[in-house]
Amino acid sequence: MQLEVDIASKAYTNAAGERHEVLAGFEFALGEGEVGVFVGPSGCGKSTMLRIVAGLDHDYQGRILQPPGAKIGMVFQEPRLLPWRSVEQNVRLAAPQADDARLSALFAALGLDAHRSHFPGELSLGLARRVALARAFAVEPDFLILDEPLASLDDALAARLRDQIAMLVDSRSVTTLLVTHNVDDAVRLGDRLFFLSSRPARVIATEAIHTPRMARGEAEIKRIKAELAPLKLANL
Amino acid sequence: MLRLLSFVAFLATWWGAALLAGGQKLPPPPVVLAAIVAEAGSGALFFNLGVTLARVALAFALAMTLGAALGYLMGRVRLANRFGDPWLILLLHLPALVVIVLAYIWAGLTEVAAIAAIAINKLPTAVVTLREGTRTLDVALDEMAAVFAIPRWKAFRHVILPQLAPYLAAAARSGLSLVWKIVLVAELLGRPNGVGFEIGIAFQLFDIPLLLAYSLTFAAVVLVIETALVQPIEARLSRWRPRAA
Repeated sequence: MQLEVDIASKAYTNAAGERHEVLAGFEFALGEGEVGVFVGPSGCGKSTMLRIVAGLDHDYQGRILQPPGAKIGMVFQEPRLLPWRSVEQNVRLAAPQADDARLSALFAALGLDAHRSHFPGELSLGLARRVALARAFAVEPDFLILDEPLASLDDALAARLRDQIAMLVDSRSVTTLLVTHNVDDAVRLGDRLFFLSSRPARVIATEAIHTPRMARGEAEIKRIKAELAPLKLANL
Repeated sequence: MLRLLSFVAFLATWWGAALLAGGQKLPPPPVVLAAIVAEAGSGALFFNLGVTLARVALAFALAMTLGAALGYLMGRVRLANRFGDPWLILLLHLPALVVIVLAYIWAGLTEVAAIAAIAINKLPTAVVTLREGTRTLDVALDEMAAVFAIPRWKAFRHVILPQLAPYLAAAARSGLSLVWKIVLVAELLGRPNGVGFEIGIAFQLFDIPLLLAYSLTFAAVVLVIETALVQPIEARLSRWRPRAA
């Protein structure tokens, strides 16, 4: 499904009554099945943008064009699982229509087989993230929204989870928005990269990668990163 | 084992105190036991206990349902809170005796008046507890439910209610102890039966064994309900929590 976003302005008023503009002239478009990755400095307003696209925040100026009734699967920065429900119940609650075979395949793909009946409190952050990911995929979303799904995981774990995300995204072409401040993750996962300014955030550069995700070798990734170097991404 | 020891210590203290104070003021355990057996034999004990328990159950259910609903509303809707808060403060600080006496004056010495008076006494604490609970609801989980378009009733059951469970348990706990205390006063003042009424009679006749017989069996029933009903439910509701060391 296609997505067109044009947020003219989004501002917060803090407790002292001062207005802070978080997003200004934030525009982008994503085609059917594309993975858009947003790279920007911490605290620039990436999560705010995701919340607006997810329909959680209606207090902004601008417009968002997406097909009506689009199903959204989201992985928040924190896993946001229900601590009083088991892993499987958490997933089923969000995706009541998912059949057993598909859920089993999903749990197997994410290495969650052994944890189906565990409570979230018994899981490590990495596992909880994977459960959140399983939940987002189980609803068979039209849009997938991932808010820093690899943050605060060690490198090996992050790399594994990144490969799993790539595999799941490719297994059924789903329009995806992913936020990160890691250029490496962005180059490995994205079809279209959007580089953001600091606050108030807007898109300052766009880069399309045409090589399919699975076909990107280390050399290719290095080359793309070198191409992006002039954008001063080191500052991000 | 420890509980048994604690019970034996209680009996020993009682017996010792009875010996010191003299049987007139504090009858020793066997005398009270005889009174209990006599009352049980005539069936009066079970009848009065049953009547009191029925009143407790009705008033408790009424106050919990209404209190939980009002507390949830006041926790969620700011306007409802601002409107309801003065009422709440008034009810919280209104002495139980005033409510009971007024209820009997306005509604007559009836069952409805008694149960309503007991329920009104418990209502505000339930409202306050549930309002606090509702205020602590996790917005992050609400957002999760919204993004995944989880239907309202389902979200209430799986996302909201489990968060309120400890507050419901606390309201039930404190509410039950309040109701136990007030039901006897209500019975004493305006009902022709029940444990409170019997205690009133025993007081007027200065029949201390009878008074203790009813008080202690009532306390025993409360204890049994606490351990057999309230505590297991609490344990079940919190089974997802990591065990405290």
